[in-house]
Amino acid sequence: MNTNPLTLEAHNISKNFGNIQAIRDISLTLARGEMLGILGDNGAGKSTLMKILTGYHQQTSGELLVNGTKVMLSSVDHARSFGIECVYQDLAMINTLSVYHNMFLNREILRRGPLPLLDHRAMRKKAEAALEDIGVNIPSVDVEVGALSGGQRQAVAIARAVASQAKILLLDEPLAAMGAREAALIIALIERLKARGDVSMIMIAHNYAQTLDVADRVMMIQRGTCTFEGRSAETSAAELFDIVRREYQANRVQG
Amino acid sequence: MTSRSAAQPGSASTRSHWHHILLRFIVRAPEASIAVVGIILLVAFEVLSPNFLTNANLSTVSQFFSPWAIIASGEIMLLICGEVDLSVGQVFAFAPFVMHFTAAAGLPLFAGVVVALLVSGLLGLAIGFITVFFGVASFITTLGAMLLINGLTLTLSGGFPIDTPNTPLAAILGGWNYSEVFWAAFIALALHLVLRNTRWGLHTIAVGGNPTGAAEAGIHTARIKMGNFVLCSVLGGFAGILNAFHVTSIDPNAGGANVMFLAIASAVIGGTSLLGGSGTILGGFIGAAVLGILQDGFTLLGINAFTFDIITGAAILITMITNVQFAKLRLRNRI
Ligand SMILES: Nc1ncnc2c1ncn2[C@@H]1O[C@H](COP(=O)(O)OP(=O)(O)O)[C@@H](O)[C@H]1O
Ligand SMILES: [Mg+2]
Repeated sequence: MNTNPLTLEAHNISKNFGNIQAIRDISLTLARGEMLGILGDNGAGKSTLMKILTGYHQQTSGELLVNGTKVMLSSVDHARSFGIECVYQDLAMINTLSVYHNMFLNREILRRGPLPLLDHRAMRKKAEAALEDIGVNIPSVDVEVGALSGGQRQAVAIARAVASQAKILLLDEPLAAMGAREAALIIALIERLKARGDVSMIMIAHNYAQTLDVADRVMMIQRGTCTFEGRSAETSAAELFDIVRREYQANRVQG
Repeated sequence: MTSRSAAQPGSASTRSHWHHILLRFIVRAPEASIAVVGIILLVAFEVLSPNFLTNANLSTVSQFFSPWAIIASGEIMLLICGEVDLSVGQVFAFAPFVMHFTAAAGLPLFAGVVVALLVSGLLGLAIGFITVFFGVASFITTLGAMLLINGLTLTLSGGFPIDTPNTPLAAILGGWNYSEVFWAAFIALALHLVLRNTRWGLHTIAVGGNPTGAAEAGIHTARIKMGNFVLCSVLGGFAGILNAFHVTSIDPNAGGANVMFLAIASAVIGGTSLLGGSGTILGGFIGAAVLGILQDGFTLLGINAFTFDIITGAAILITMITNVQFAKLRLRNRI
């Protein structure tokens, strides 16, 4: 069991979009070097939770603690200043820009000198190094991201987050847009990152077995609330299926 | 490839190799295809008409296309970030009047120019604000702004043209034959640099390519869009002032939808996508020159304006189709 200090805590987080309550009273903890898997149906509120942790949305109620200190994450930049990086479900990639431009999007390196001009050469070199560092293979960093496969795009997005000194890495459905072979490569990449021990991760996924395999703990979100939380070693996929089925039947009876 | 076939100059594979490199260049550098078209037109008109490549005619052509070349530079930035400004031709007519009345109120002419550009920028800011914060499509916002600004111009001017003031500044501001084209080229080069080599340019592409993604990366998408609306509007006003000094008259009916359409047409035939996320300022400048050369060449050859419109329309459609095809080739990484 991971006994490292907690890097991230969320207490009773709720988020309303107008009349819709996307999530309600969700709490979680994340220790340094730990990986938490989040499971749940489409529309359950998983992405909303992620976007609160990255400062993209602000919670309606509840509180967040980063390294034991209470914070209100007011923007993506603010969350980044705590080392919180997210690989969004839509990857936040710009298809019409090259790989290296995407890897430095909104943290561009500028040339020294009076004019604030982009240092393309430095960004290209650093992007190549960052990709190599975590073992990602793509034809060239000059290729437009739109020309890459789903798996390559995901790998570039992860490399981008890691290269920006992520301490807390949030992955929203990193295995969704790809086939089995590419998914295996991304899982291997995630496991390499985990083995380094300096990054804490939260991963949203759909595949129970896969998630139980890579995550230290798992959490189930249904209709905006947490319905299960447990250590992967003590949880089986069958158990999770059972929870989903029970919840589904309970709602059918009510509805 | 075997060494034998590679060693034979002119063999099928060597030829297809060169063919491939040329094709790759044209597909990769979106300015290249329109530049080729421009050169072909220059040569053709020179052959067909002895007066084409004369100093007098070149200065005519350059004065002809400079207004929409300047506007195209701003419009391309907007198109790349996923917006469009249809009202820029009305700012073109409005700004010189602001300049005139500021100067008439006793301020120096230079101050008049500055005030006119500031007011143009404010109009762009208002349009950008409405578009971004009320979520109105810029096509609609600026369609409304077209009428509104035209009304302002007519009210301010009383509907009558006035002469431009006599000033030494006039030569720089469009009076000298080549000053407009100098400004147009300078603005295109500067914005080309901004687009390719600054954060502003990169973020403009990002906002048009994937607005949500850009916001998730922490880019202030509203700021980028509003800034580009301001830029486009200021350039529209500036082009209007230059044009007024060039024709030595401030005309409430100058510019309008015509100059705006030509600017957008220049952008599109120069290789800028109407879908946002990609484009080239230099391509737009060359596109503007090509439209100017076409119009002038046809005039010299005695071909009428109706035919010109047919050709321009067809040129836009053809370039749209090739641009889409080239983008597909690039994405499939074939070329
Ligand atoms: N920006 C938003 N505005 C309004 N409703 C939203 C917004 N984002 C998410 N929602 C709603 O919140 C609920 C949860 O969505 P989401 O967090 O994306 O689910 P998941 O990622 O688990 O599929 C859905 O009903 C969705 O429609
Ligand atoms: Mg989601």
